[in-house]
Amino acid sequence: MAVDVLGAPIKRREDPRFITGKGNYLDDIRLPGMAYVAVLRSPYAHAKIDSIDATAARAMPGVLGVFTGRDFESVNPLPCAWAAGGVENHLNTPRVLAIDTVRWTGDGVAIVVAESREIAEDAMLAIEARYTPLPVVVEAEHATKPGAPQLHENAPNNINMVWTVGDREGTAQAIASADVVVRQRIVNQRLIPNAMEPRGAIGSYDQGTGEYTIWMTSQAPHVMRLLLCAFVLGIPENRMRCISPDVGGGFGSKIFLYADMALVAVLSKRLGRPVKFVESRRENYIATTHGRDHVTEIEIAGTKEGEVTGLRVTTVANLGAYLSTIAPGIPTTLYGRMLSGPYRFPNVFCEVTGVYTNTAMVDAYRGAGRPEATYVIERAMDLFADKTGLDPAVVRRRNFIPPDAFPYDSRLMTNTSGTLSYDSGNYGPALDRALTMVEYDGMAAKKADARRRGKFLGVGMSSYIEVCGVAPSKWIGLPGEGWGAGLWESANIRVHLTGKVVVTTGSQSHGQGHETTMAQIVSSELGIPFEDVLVEHSDTLGTPFGYGSYGSRSAAVGGMAAYNAAGKIVQKARRLAAHMLEASPDDIVFDAGKLYVRGSPDRVKTIQEIALAASVGYDLPEGMEPFLDETAYYDPPNCTFPFGTHVAVVEVDEETGVIDLKRYVAVDDVGKKINPMIVDGQLHGGIVQGIGQALWEGAVYGSDGQLLSGTMQDYALPRASWLPTFELDETITPSPVNPLGVKGAGEAGTIGSAAAVVNAVIDALRPLDIHHIDMPLTAPTVWRAIHAREVRS
Amino acid sequence: MTEQISLEVNGVPQALAVEPRRLLVQVIREELGLTGTHVGCDTSQCGACTVHVDGQAVKSCTMLAVQADGAKVKTIEGMATGDDLHPLQAAFWEKHGLQCGFCTPGMIMAAADLLARTPDPSDREIRHAIEGNFCRCTGYQNIVEAIREAARTMRESNSTPAMAGV
Repeated sequence: MAVDVLGAPIKRREDPRFITGKGNYLDDIRLPGMAYVAVLRSPYAHAKIDSIDATAARAMPGVLGVFTGRDFESVNPLPCAWAAGGVENHLNTPRVLAIDTVRWTGDGVAIVVAESREIAEDAMLAIEARYTPLPVVVEAEHATKPGAPQLHENAPNNINMVWTVGDREGTAQAIASADVVVRQRIVNQRLIPNAMEPRGAIGSYDQGTGEYTIWMTSQAPHVMRLLLCAFVLGIPENRMRCISPDVGGGFGSKIFLYADMALVAVLSKRLGRPVKFVESRRENYIATTHGRDHVTEIEIAGTKEGEVTGLRVTTVANLGAYLSTIAPGIPTTLYGRMLSGPYRFPNVFCEVTGVYTNTAMVDAYRGAGRPEATYVIERAMDLFADKTGLDPAVVRRRNFIPPDAFPYDSRLMTNTSGTLSYDSGNYGPALDRALTMVEYDGMAAKKADARRRGKFLGVGMSSYIEVCGVAPSKWIGLPGEGWGAGLWESANIRVHLTGKVVVTTGSQSHGQGHETTMAQIVSSELGIPFEDVLVEHSDTLGTPFGYGSYGSRSAAVGGMAAYNAAGKIVQKARRLAAHMLEASPDDIVFDAGKLYVRGSPDRVKTIQEIALAASVGYDLPEGMEPFLDETAYYDPPNCTFPFGTHVAVVEVDEETGVIDLKRYVAVDDVGKKINPMIVDGQLHGGIVQGIGQALWEGAVYGSDGQLLSGTMQDYALPRASWLPTFELDETITPSPVNPLGVKGAGEAGTIGSAAAVVNAVIDALRPLDIHHIDMPLTAPTVWRAIHAREVRS
Repeated sequence: MTEQISLEVNGVPQALAVEPRRLLVQVIREELGLTGTHVGCDTSQCGACTVHVDGQAVKSCTMLAVQADGAKVKTIEGMATGDDLHPLQAAFWEKHGLQCGFCTPGMIMAAADLLARTPDPSDREIRHAIEGNFCRCTGYQNIVEAIREAARTMRESNSTPAMAGV
């Protein structure tokens, strides 16, 4: 039986090393004899490479070698592991260095290895590369038009895939016959993930054993090893060890396989020295993946009473110059299939076109498809409410899936392998609570007061659902959804002779606190003190295979593997206790680390005594192996579906267009919580990433394919002084999918927030007959919208 | 070409021969091995490299090492006294003011500079003081709370006679 460490706001186990400067991030690692690399990237977004002359660079003191794409012809292109399911995909993935053609400014054309990073960078500048520029296309909508520059021979009109979901005919009929139809084009702009730690990789080849060790800033080191060995380099998987040391944030951008991981492996063998690559922040902006970048036509239809009868969504998704590791899965499975949101929409149809352009690759970024889906739905709900003249809260309540309808089949999650249903939910109370907290009923007076001060006050809400712990492998895998692998997780638990526990997990922490929360689960299930449970992760040597951490899956999948491994330990302990107490295993009660004979609590053994007996192995039941050491592999029967409502209150200054975010209320239901302090932290950070998108952030390319927002000076990352204090509350609807009752919390904040803020700004500007403005709602953008209106009138 | 400089880093005198183009942060990390000070950008925006130079918070990527010749430098590694955490370190831990930990050393050093000047800051003053330090994980809320908590602890310990001089 669980003790109260599960669900407690325990201080994090990993923090002492971080607050004292003793963390061990990739760039902190220095190996004897280590060499450093710098990658020369293309100055053009699209060009033929005519020649690369590295003579001068090679002659510089301290330069160990300069290599071009021709030197890596035997290295395969990086794989795409998730093609859009059920449709034809025209796959194009990058090589580790470009050979003939560059297709975005992040394409590497040469790599320098030198005694220091400075020498490598100096030598990089001495390389003479000549190019013939080719026409460039940056916007996905332009790329599909006749006459647009073509990036890849096998992808006519730059189209990777066209994917659909839902009822095309039913939705068309619903729209044709509706009382009210609203159409709107909306842009979900491109974002740069901005993990604070830049990416990097260190390769080290042991000539004695023939083994590679690769340190990497990865959210999924096991998967990286698989992809590097089996797909890119042709090295046996058991000849490589991948290690993620402390990883400084990821937000999706560190899930993927990058060219530098392969380059440091190959170069470390070729030079016989360890080789380190660490990107600069500018390289991070240019060459590491971006997120979002959708242009969408929305049509929402319904009755005058506010019942939605149809939603049609047509999206062009910019995937960048090539496909990153799981790029096509994001705007399809994780977007299109979520377009019913928390609502009982009778008809939904979505068509997504995935497009190549001369820009950085776009892949999962915090929320990955669900923020885009929520933004579409929640903007559509407000546009529909506006058109019908109904209160947006009333329209939402009228269309919510009722609590007695779960498990609920949205009819968007069916593939050839089966159908997934929303696990549990009760959407009304979260909306009601959020509106109460924000004093929604008093808004009219507050709006009038703001007008007297030259401001427009607005309130906006966003009721979201999200999908976490995406699974089961059978549903998500190749035959159904196109994902080229499974999505289970694993954990091993060893209870040592002294009663000290080591848990190894295939999950990976890059800030979420797995060393604390996994220990809470195992401590609770085994009745062993939290202090005695150590969690290790992120090293392919010594941890069982796992798919890594993303998609808010670590608790619902990885945590469940740890829970099940603990269950196996208890089962074995029960058999050994029965032997020691001369009773039947069925009569042994396990309670908070004590095992006793039912009805005789004085005949008791502690789990530590059992561990000792199992370890010394003097006296075990017939056929029992020594030691308490159990591994569990957990493949969930379904995903989990957290939900909630976020409400923003803003004031817009009429004179300047400046937006003041006055209040931000979030009521989230993420199921049961393992550590509520950590959940709140995840929500805070997620909310800011959504607010950042709504108000400030955006990757901007010139028409020549140069990234104009190419440094932290030009890309508006949220700062502390721009933000209010958030007001959080919760409802708790346990997930029936897993016995922990957990759903997932890593992305919920980002999913709910952007639409709430934009809806608030549009509500504020409704007196000016403004119905939509595309993000980011910077002061100049809002000022133009206000004053264009004034000019018109 | 190197230049001879002397520094006091976390109370320890250091004599170093450095290339004139080397940044203070590079010398701290690579030559002194104090890797708690991080590099998160190349435009002096992120603040992950914040240290104290002669008692003032400085982004150590904006300063050449030779410019720090003769200075007293304090890094995150110099904040705790033995096993006793600095009140800011303790408060960041207590209030969950960090997630991935990468911005944390710089954030703590920036906050220490604020509290040296402003012992009882408002939330607005705290948010203003750390606006040169990016955090992508926490949304800043618990960082603000941690700094407020540390300020309270430091004020109380300063006003307790028994603690004076500690």
